[in-house]
Amino acid sequence: MAPALVWLTALMVVPCALVLALAFFRRGIYGGIDYTFTLENFGLVVDPLYAGIFLKSARIAGTATIIAVVIGYAAAYAISAAPRRLQPVFLFFAVLPFWSNYLIRTYAWIVLLNREGLVTQLLRWLGYTGEPPSMLYTEGAVIAGLVYNYLPFVILACYAPLSRLNPELAEASRDLGASAATTFRRVILPLTVPGIAAGAVFVFVLSIGNFVTPALLGGGRFQMIGNLVYDQFLTANDWPFGAALAMALIAIMLLVLMAQAMFADRAAGRAAEATGGADG
Amino acid sequence: MNEPRTLLSIDGVSKNFGRVTAVDRVSLDIRENEFFALLGPSGCGKTTLLRMLAGFETPSEGRIMLDGRDIARTPPNKRPVNLMFQSYALFPHMSVRANVSYGLEMERLPAREIRDRVDSILATTELVPFADRKPEQLSGGQKQRVALARALVKRPRLLLLDEPLGALDKKLRGAMQLELKRLQHEVGITFVIVTHDQEESLVMADRMAVLRGGRLLQCDTPHTVYEHPADRFVADFIGVMNFVPGHLDNGGVRAADGTRLEGRGTATPVGAGTSGATGAGVAAVRPERIRLFPPPQAANRTTGKVEALAYQGQDLQLHVRTALSDRPFLVRVTADAADRRPVSVGDQVELGWDAADVRIFAD
Amino acid sequence: MAERSLATRRTLRLVLGLVFAFLYIPIAVLVALSFNKGGLPTAWSGFSLKWYVSLAGNSAILSAGLNTLIVALVSTATATLLGTLLAIGVEMRRRHGKALEALIFAPMIIPDIVLAIALLSFFSMLNLTMGLHTIILAHVVFNLAFVCSVVRARLKSFDWSIVEASADLGASAFTTFRRVTLPVILPAVIAGALLAFTLSVDEFIIAFFTAGAGRASTTLPMQIYSMIRFGITPEINALATIVMAVSITALTLSQRLNRGIIGQ
Repeated sequence: MAPALVWLTALMVVPCALVLALAFFRRGIYGGIDYTFTLENFGLVVDPLYAGIFLKSARIAGTATIIAVVIGYAAAYAISAAPRRLQPVFLFFAVLPFWSNYLIRTYAWIVLLNREGLVTQLLRWLGYTGEPPSMLYTEGAVIAGLVYNYLPFVILACYAPLSRLNPELAEASRDLGASAATTFRRVILPLTVPGIAAGAVFVFVLSIGNFVTPALLGGGRFQMIGNLVYDQFLTANDWPFGAALAMALIAIMLLVLMAQAMFADRAAGRAAEATGGADG
Repeated sequence: MNEPRTLLSIDGVSKNFGRVTAVDRVSLDIRENEFFALLGPSGCGKTTLLRMLAGFETPSEGRIMLDGRDIARTPPNKRPVNLMFQSYALFPHMSVRANVSYGLEMERLPAREIRDRVDSILATTELVPFADRKPEQLSGGQKQRVALARALVKRPRLLLLDEPLGALDKKLRGAMQLELKRLQHEVGITFVIVTHDQEESLVMADRMAVLRGGRLLQCDTPHTVYEHPADRFVADFIGVMNFVPGHLDNGGVRAADGTRLEGRGTATPVGAGTSGATGAGVAAVRPERIRLFPPPQAANRTTGKVEALAYQGQDLQLHVRTALSDRPFLVRVTADAADRRPVSVGDQVELGWDAADVRIFAD
Repeated sequence: MAERSLATRRTLRLVLGLVFAFLYIPIAVLVALSFNKGGLPTAWSGFSLKWYVSLAGNSAILSAGLNTLIVALVSTATATLLGTLLAIGVEMRRRHGKALEALIFAPMIIPDIVLAIALLSFFSMLNLTMGLHTIILAHVVFNLAFVCSVVRARLKSFDWSIVEASADLGASAFTTFRRVTLPVILPAVIAGALLAFTLSVDEFIIAFFTAGAGRASTTLPMQIYSMIRFGITPEINALATIVMAVSITALTLSQRLNRGIIGQ
C-alpha cells in the first residue's frame, strides 16, 4: 500500500498544498508570481463582484440538487417497488448514462435545446409559429444539464436505503392504523434520509465546482466558480487569485461534507435498526 | 495399559491484547490420540488459545511444547498442526478436490502421492461424488466434511477444530458428533475441539478443559467434570444443577428456611479450607438425582408444589416450587416412573435425594 | 411490501417511464442524428454512414484517439496495481485512521478543476515538460482511488479465514496471495480496471491542464470539447456515438464481473 500512498501524497496532497500556498502570494507584473505574502487574493474572493459569482454558483447548484433529488428519489422509489428480479435491470439502465462521456451528455443538450433543435421542432409540430424560444445559453439550460448528468447517481444513492428497508416496518405502520401517505412521511422517508443526503451532497459538490456544463450550456460569458478558476489560470494569468478561488471552493465543499458526516452519524443508528441487520 | 504419552504441553501460556488478558496463565497437557475439548462460554479465551496452537497468535508468555519442541513462535505454515475453521474457510474458487489437495501441494509431494492420498481421504469422508463441485454447491454438512478432509489429509500431529458443528442444525449435529469420533479413531490423530456447547464436549471428548475469563477452571474426563465440578461455575455450566443457597454447617448447608441439607459426610466444601468451614455456601444437586416420593432412607427431603411439567420423550421434567430457594427445583424423572404415579400441575409432591448426590460449595 | 393499489402502481410505472425518457431521449437523438444524411445537425434527411466515414479520415481525431488509448491503458494498469495493493493493505488492518480514509476518498470528490490547476502549478513549478506522461501521472491519482474503492467493496465480504486456512495448510504469504486472495478478488480487480479505463477515456479537464502546449498530446475529450466549442456538426454525433458505445461496453462488462460496484 505504500506506493499508492506515496503517489497520492506526491500528486495530490503536495500539489494542493502548493495551491494553498500560492493563494497567499501576489500576482507578478507580467503574470507569474511575486513571492511576497498577501491576503488580498482572499479579499478579492469576498469582493461583491466575485462573491456574486459564488452566490450564483451556489444558487444554480442548489436548484439542480433539489430537482435531481426529487426526480431521483421518485425514480428510486419506483424501482424499489418494482418486482424483485426487475430491480437490478432498472437500476442498471438508470445508471448506465452516468458512465458515458460527460462532454457528450452535455453536448446532447445543445442538440436538444438549440434554436433549431428537437424542442423547437416539437413546439412547431404542436402548432407554435413564433420565434424559436431561447433555451440554450441560459441558467435554465445549465441547471437542466447538471440535473441530467447527476441524476443517475441520486437514483443510486436513494435506492440503496430503500432496497434495504425492512418491508415489515411499513406493514407495521399500516397495521397500527397509518395511511399510506403517513407511513411514507413518518416511516419510509426518515429512514431513507441518509441516501437522500448522500445523493444531494454529491450533486451539490460536483455542480458548484463544475466547469464543463456552464461553459457549454451557459454560453461564452456565463461564469460559475469553476470557469472563474479556469480563466485565472489560462486567460487572466492570475494564478494566486485562481488558487484562492480554488481554496474557497474546497472550503465550501468541506463544509458541506462535514455537515453531511455529522448528519449521517446521527442517522446511522436509526438506519441500522430499520434494515434489521439484514446486511450483517 | 501403557501410560499415555503427552503430545502437546501448554505451559503457563498467557495472551494479552492491549490491557485485555484473553488467556491467563493456562497450563495443560494433551495426550497422544485423545479427543480433547476446550469448553467455555463466549469470551472465555478458548478460541484465542486454539489460535495460539495453530500459530495465528503468539503467546505473550509461556511455552507451547509439541513433541518436546517449543512451537510458540513457529509460523502457522511451518507447524505440523492443522485447523478446521469455524467458517470452514473453503477456497470458494476451487473444487472440493482442489481444496483438499492444496495442503499437500504446499508440501511439494509428487503428484501421484497427492492424488492417492486425496482419493483416500475423500473416500473416508464420503466425498467422492462431490469431488468436482465448488463449495457453494455443497450443503452445510458436506462443507464441514470437506474442511475436515482438507485438514486431515495433511496427517497433522494435532488437528484443531473450532466450533466444528456450530453451523449445523441440531439433528445433523448429533450425527456428526458420532461421525467425528469414528473418524478420529480411524485416522489416529489427536483432536482438539473448541466448543461452547457443554453437551457436545460431554458426548465427544475423552478429556475436557473448562475455561472462564481466560483461566483454566478444570481439566479432566467428562465424567469427573460432571460428577465432581471444581467450582460452582463449572457445576452450573456443565449440565443442569439445582442450587440451594444458605450457610455452611458442618459438612452441610442450612437453607434460608432452616432446613439442613446433608452433604457427603466428611467432604470439604469446594472452595473452603476445611470440612468445618463456615460462612455462605450452596448445596447443589442434579435434577436426575432427585426422586419423587422418596424412600424413607433419603437423607434430604422437602415438599413443594408442581408449577410446570415438560414432557421430553423418555423423560418428564418438573418445576417444583419449594421453600428451600427462590428458584423452582428442576426434577427429572423417567416417563415410566411418571406413568406409574402420575403427577399434574398444582399437586403437592415430596422430593428426596441422597447425601452422596449433594455437592457443597463455599461462596 | 404491502399490496399497492392499482392507481399507485400506475403512478409508479409512469414515474419510471418519464425518468427513463428523460435519461435516454437526449442520447437517442444524438445517436439517431449521427446516421443523418444531411449536413444540418438536427434535421433528419435520410440514413447515411458518411459521418462515420469522414471520421475515419480525420487525422486529428485519430491521433487524439490514439493518445487517449495510451493514457487510459498505462494509467489503468498502474492504478490497478497500486489501487489493489492499497485496498488489501487497508482492509487487512483491523483499524485505520480517518486521515488515511480521507486521503483515499479525496481524489474521488475533489473538483476536477482544483486537481487540474494544482497539478498544473506543481508540474510548472518543477519545470516538468508536460505531455502524455503528465496526463498519465494525473489520471493514476483518481483512477487508483476508484480501483481501491471497488476492490475494498469486494474485500468487505471477503472471508479472511481462507487466508489463514492457506497459511495453516502450509502456504507462504506470496503463495497465498497468488493462489487464494488474488483469484477470489480478481473479478473486482478487473471491474475496477474497467471502471478506471472508462474514467480515463472520458476525463477532460485534468488532461486539458496537464497536457502542455501543442497538439501532440491532445486527447479525445479535448478534441471533442474544441469541436463542440467550434460548432455542432454531424461528425461529433458520430464520434459521440462511438465513444459512448465503448464506455458502455466497458461498464457492462465490469458489471457482469462484479455485481456490487453500483448494483448494491
